[in-house]
Amino acid sequence: MSALSADPAPAPAPSPAVAAAPVRSRRARWYRQPTLLTGLVLLVIILFMCYAAPLLTSFNPNTQNLEEPLLGLGQMGHLLGTDQEGRDTWARLLYGGQVDLRIAVIAVILPFILGIIVGSLAGYFGGWVDAIIMRIVDIVVAFPFFVLVIALVFVLGTGGKSIYIAITAVGWVSYARITRGEITVAKRQEYVLAAQSGGLSSVRIITRHLLPNVITQSVVYAMSDIVQDILAIVTLSYLGLGVQPPTADWGTMISAGQNFLTTQWWLTTIPGIAVVITGLALSLIGDGLADLLRTGTS
Amino acid sequence: MGRMSFVFRRLVLLVPTAIGVTIITFFMVHLIPGNPAVTILGQRANPTTVAALDKQLGLDKPLIEQYWLFIDHLFHGNLGTSLYYGTSVSSLISSHLPATLWLLAYAAVIAIVISVPLASLAASRKDAVRDHVVRVVPLLGLGLPAFWFGLILQTWLGTKLRLFPVTGYGSGFTGHLQSMFLPALTVAVALCPVLIRSLRASMLNVLGAEFITTARAKGVPGYRLLVRHVLRNAVIPAVTVLGINIGYLIGGTLIVEQVFAIPGIGSLMINAIFQRDFTVIQSVALFYGVLVVLVNLLTDVAYVALDPRVRFDA
Repeated sequence: MSALSADPAPAPAPSPAVAAAPVRSRRARWYRQPTLLTGLVLLVIILFMCYAAPLLTSFNPNTQNLEEPLLGLGQMGHLLGTDQEGRDTWARLLYGGQVDLRIAVIAVILPFILGIIVGSLAGYFGGWVDAIIMRIVDIVVAFPFFVLVIALVFVLGTGGKSIYIAITAVGWVSYARITRGEITVAKRQEYVLAAQSGGLSSVRIITRHLLPNVITQSVVYAMSDIVQDILAIVTLSYLGLGVQPPTADWGTMISAGQNFLTTQWWLTTIPGIAVVITGLALSLIGDGLADLLRTGTS
Repeated sequence: MGRMSFVFRRLVLLVPTAIGVTIITFFMVHLIPGNPAVTILGQRANPTTVAALDKQLGLDKPLIEQYWLFIDHLFHGNLGTSLYYGTSVSSLISSHLPATLWLLAYAAVIAIVISVPLASLAASRKDAVRDHVVRVVPLLGLGLPAFWFGLILQTWLGTKLRLFPVTGYGSGFTGHLQSMFLPALTVAVALCPVLIRSLRASMLNVLGAEFITTARAKGVPGYRLLVRHVLRNAVIPAVTVLGINIGYLIGGTLIVEQVFAIPGIGSLMINAIFQRDFTVIQSVALFYGVLVVLVNLLTDVAYVALDPRVRFDA
């Protein structure tokens, strides 16, 4: 009997094999999932290029050289030329990516945490707590995401801190909805009832027993959410409400280059492509993860 | 629960949401750091202008009274006076509304025209190469900055190839149709991934139904099956998806209007940011909040009215 559970080789024991199957297939499958793999490879390349910027360029992204403005591709050692102030475009693209990605990650973690806390409270306690929280969710959802974020950043003042506050204030609702829905179902399961009758505190049941089981949906959603956040950050910077000059970021690069679109098309086009590829990488990861979880649990 | 009581319950739930929307927009002025009037006025701030703005925004009164005044004005259609233009904000919004509605409708039509064939193509053979391509390629649209894509279309199709007007709203129906094509396309492309996905899912759902098997057994040819039997039943969920995503759609029009210099509510709001015109920003946010709430209500009601199978006991 002792060999049965430890060694999967002897086939006649059906029950341990069946129990082990989904786990093993999920482990075996993650790298065979083409969308997930493509997304991860793209993301690793992007992260490497942004954070290994000093290895990939010897130029400083903010050093102006007014004698060499608007150089063409490859001229004077500038891979992507220079902008109107003679700054190296390739260096600004790489260092700008660091700025945008860092803001985007923080801007997705904060609403993720807030949403999960609020959603757990609503789902677990139900009743009037749930009713009040869900009414607040309805109200925030009523505003178009961009309208409320832009208005909030405008009133709070430009810069990173305002972006975090604005995106958190608007973005938490999706995580709250997802977590609430999952916990409403999960809290009726036997292991939760067992924990409750064992006298564990609500906080402990939520954090140690419920959340580990329901958090995956929110993680998958976070992948598509971070794409939306990157778009919001780039858009705010384009409007002059986000990252402030002279710091490089993809949004300010697009806006600075738009006056030279017919002659120096790459100044605006390339930072935009960087945004699109980053968005695609994260969307592919989100999509692949969702597929993986669907097939893994079925 | 009956149909009418569903609509009634939906209307009752609307009240707290509507009140909440007004509370959020009302409190925006108090989120401004420091003295709101001084910050809003910026370089124009001096004791006289600050006192005048305090009075106009009602900031010299207690909070509850301020909110009450805000609601009172709202019910009289008074959204305040633009700090930049000096005219009433409600007249500004109503004069900018037609261009935005045009853009929204045009973008929705283009999104449907792009999405329906692609979704049909994908659903016609699940898990085939075409299905995977249609599922993955639109993902590009999710990360596409609308203002950037607009600029690119503008430069290449407008300035270089001279296929479409670069900016403006055009005049007359055909003028609008031509001038608004590029902006509408820009907005539509962002919506397509969501729409294609849900259309594909609902078509696959319909394809699994028994009446499809019956039609197949009868010998209905493939394309006819798709158009007459599947598409008809899959369109209702797609329209619902459009309704639910109205906020997303509006968010797309905001900056696109600015890029293409369309005199709509979006460019009104973006220009108000540059002009530090607080009352306009506040009112546009309020207007869009109310618009989304109403469209969502209409979507729900239309869904119930269109689909006799909807049940309320869930």
